[in-house]
Amino acid sequence: MSEAAIAAEEARPGRLKAFGTFARRNPTIVIGAVLLAFMVTLALLAPLITNPPMQASPADRLKPPDFSNFFDPEKRDRFGTDNLGRDIFARTLHGARVSLMVGLSVAILATVIGLAIGLVAGYYRRVDAVVMRLMDGLMSIPSILLAIALVALTRGGLLLLIIAITIPEVPRVVRLVRAVVLAVRERPFVDAAISVGSRSRKIIIRHVLPMTVAPLIVQATYICASAILIEAGLSFLGAGVPPEIATWGNMIAQSRLFFARAPWLIFFPGAALALVVLAVNLLGDGLRDRLDPRLARRM
Amino acid sequence: MSAPVLEVTDLVKHFPVQRGLLRRTVAHVKAVDGVSFTVAPGETLCLVGESGCGKSTVARLITRLVEPTGGSIRLGGTDITKLDDAAMVAHRRRVQMVFQDPYASLNPKLRAGDIVAEPLENYEAMGRAEREEAVAAVLKKVGLRAEMMRRFPFEFSGGQRQRLGIARALALRPDLIVADEPVSALDVSVQAQVLNLLVDLQEEFGLSYLFVSHDLGVVEHIGHRIAVMYLGRIVEIGSKDDIVSEPLHPYTKALISAAPIPDPRARREKLVIEGDVPSPLDPPPGCHFHTRCPFAVARCRSEAPALREVRPGWNVACHLVET
Amino acid sequence: MNLVEPEMQVATAVKPILEVEDLRTHFFTRDGVTRAVDGVSFTVAPGETLGIVGESGCGKSVTALSILRLLPARLGRIVGGSVRFEGQELLSLPEGRMRDIRGNRVAMIFQEPMTSLNPVLTIGDQIAEAVMIHQGASRSDALRRAAEMLRLVRIPDAEKRVGDYPHQFSGGMRQRVMIAMALSCSPRLLIADEPTTALDVTVQAQILKLMLELKQATGSAVMLITHDLGVIAETCQRVIVMYAGRVVEQAEVLELFDAPLHPYTRGLMASIPRIGLGRRKRLAEIPGIVPDLRKPIVGCAFAPRCPIASARCRAEPPPLAEHRPGHLAACWHAGEMP
Repeated sequence: MSEAAIAAEEARPGRLKAFGTFARRNPTIVIGAVLLAFMVTLALLAPLITNPPMQASPADRLKPPDFSNFFDPEKRDRFGTDNLGRDIFARTLHGARVSLMVGLSVAILATVIGLAIGLVAGYYRRVDAVVMRLMDGLMSIPSILLAIALVALTRGGLLLLIIAITIPEVPRVVRLVRAVVLAVRERPFVDAAISVGSRSRKIIIRHVLPMTVAPLIVQATYICASAILIEAGLSFLGAGVPPEIATWGNMIAQSRLFFARAPWLIFFPGAALALVVLAVNLLGDGLRDRLDPRLARRM
Repeated sequence: MSAPVLEVTDLVKHFPVQRGLLRRTVAHVKAVDGVSFTVAPGETLCLVGESGCGKSTVARLITRLVEPTGGSIRLGGTDITKLDDAAMVAHRRRVQMVFQDPYASLNPKLRAGDIVAEPLENYEAMGRAEREEAVAAVLKKVGLRAEMMRRFPFEFSGGQRQRLGIARALALRPDLIVADEPVSALDVSVQAQVLNLLVDLQEEFGLSYLFVSHDLGVVEHIGHRIAVMYLGRIVEIGSKDDIVSEPLHPYTKALISAAPIPDPRARREKLVIEGDVPSPLDPPPGCHFHTRCPFAVARCRSEAPALREVRPGWNVACHLVET
Repeated sequence: MNLVEPEMQVATAVKPILEVEDLRTHFFTRDGVTRAVDGVSFTVAPGETLGIVGESGCGKSVTALSILRLLPARLGRIVGGSVRFEGQELLSLPEGRMRDIRGNRVAMIFQEPMTSLNPVLTIGDQIAEAVMIHQGASRSDALRRAAEMLRLVRIPDAEKRVGDYPHQFSGGMRQRVMIAMALSCSPRLLIADEPTTALDVTVQAQILKLMLELKQATGSAVMLITHDLGVIAETCQRVIVMYAGRVVEQAEVLELFDAPLHPYTRGLMASIPRIGLGRRKRLAEIPGIVPDLRKPIVGCAFAPRCPIASARCRAEPPPLAEHRPGHLAACWHAGEMP
């Protein structure tokens, strides 16, 4: 950048300039965050701005998308309708609620549980070997099979689905946290904390925990994206959310027989799924570059 | 002479070397191999030696950052090697440590005030305001301004960071400060500031120092007594003036002679010894130094020389030094 | 007082092999432009040992990297000045021609020998590579030359060790290998950047002794960069003192240590704890810290820390002027006592 450009930039007012600089240096964070915020807003507003997603209307079956009068609140075929005459637009937006909820819940659950186990495993060497072998075992279970098994054993449901997706994700977090803890333990400021008489619990909370935050946030975004994909996959297979709830996976599964005639049945939920996963991954990549430059180079 | 602050006897630390799937111990690194010395109140004992001689391990053993394999460490009469964690906490405040790297030894996410307050939180029942006052007082003692407690470590220069490290060690008013190469990461002009500060603090509080360094210039400046280590053993220990003016052990001679002197007219006949320090994994038999010693005889290769008093208060581990 | 030994006298009449003039190297980072080297000029005579001394961040290493155009790409750039080696301008030379000079006629030794050696190639291959590239030798000739060089730097069993990998050598031995590699093409100028800083004192003494002996034998000039005035005093003939990207003083070694003119040099010398001084007394301190090179420096860079700074020092940068024969200093009050 030329010096003139730098000088011109310094003249701009503070807040805006700071954001401009941030956006230019971290375009992926900004694009990902804006995209995600847009999807989240739509999902939150879905009950207010759309028709009930389950409302069938046999008269309006398989109507193609019609973008005219897009903002007419009574309109039912913005994105077309399905074989039961249900509003695809409403169903896609409601599907976002489920997807985002699953993604967020799994990310938070897996991170919190993994953090607790990882801190203990990394700091107390005696439990380390046992915990890590246990994690290796958990990691070898494919989440799809686990979910199918759980759904088969019980009756299914959203909570169970979240648990099924979370379990295989936990070991990944544990490994990450443990690696960070082992590295931080070797740093001289931990020795310094020991020598000024701080006890283990205080050292973990004050010195070790903050160091795990940045990589955890990054990891959480990846878990969120993969959970959304797994949920869609499971719903598609019929082992996920009960079919009466509108989710992207369910929508795609239910349109299997009609998609040759009505491709919009698959296109809109599919595109929404791709967009959300892209947004989350962009955000994650951007945060990784920003928070942990060394990790970025390794990956 | 009053009772020593620190009395180390036959201190041994072997690090196991593990190999293979089952992490079998295949060998031991004899990092510290039977080291004994004392530190009197108000005294500075310098541990000198080259990399791998075990001087830093001794420092970490005394602060119990590593557990000894054998021997005793008596701190004001109590053997701390036998204490459990809870009892150790009570003793920690009497011996504090200053670390080599002023960057890595301060948590980058904490403010300066919190770093210095940490030892006070652990030992002193103080209110927040009282503690802040105590932190401000300690910062002033090490030449920092009280308002600097709001800053993060990256906002300080290398020398100021080391002052922060010293403030943290000083906060509990310990009897002994173990300083592990505290100035070797600093530029000379800043190094002088920190060394002067350590001398001033010693005079003001009657502190004892165990000062670990590889730099004989620094050691001569700050030390009262010197212990020279080579491959886990002390080869010579005595008063600084004696050892620097008339070193008796060949290794000490070589070490002093090798240190570059910033005076082009002082071109001395150098005793340049050949080779590198052997691996502590497999130290030479007999006297560890015999492989590089220009004076070694047959006895040096087979029999390890004991540390014996050759002059009053001056011990040397060499077969060739006359009593 | 004229105690300059004959061997230390530098023939000023001889044409210098390296002339650096008003060199300016800037680093362009997120936080602004760092003026790492800010108008540095000096010369190196054939066969001379020139020491460059200064504290971290003074620009001594960047000067060396600039001469060989080895600055980290995209980050550092030479923005002005000239570097002439044997009369030839290096800064405008095409990269291909520069490669012929680098490692061949000008060689460099770095502080950390392990990072400068390729861990997956044998020592012999690494030395031989330079010989093959620069001198067009065959592989077997080059390997023979490698063994010869290892013998020259006194590595025992040189013929056998040609086939060893870097990790099989100790720190001191690796630095010997680096020296062997640097000298394998008989360079006219050897730039050594803190060559002994990572080594123990007893090994440092060996390496410095070896470097000086080889210099005598090959007749190449040496530019020794170090932070240690002790190393300077024991090895160099002429010294340049740098501070904040600028040269503040330049003199022959005896002259510099006998009568330092710049307050920074004097402060540096007084602040070194040294063996043989005897009594434990206070060390002289240089108060304050080095200036931030991202901010423009008005006047003398050392003025904020200087005990004798005047209003003029803070307003006007002092030129590097000759105050005594062959003794240059950049100070308005050169030689005045505080």
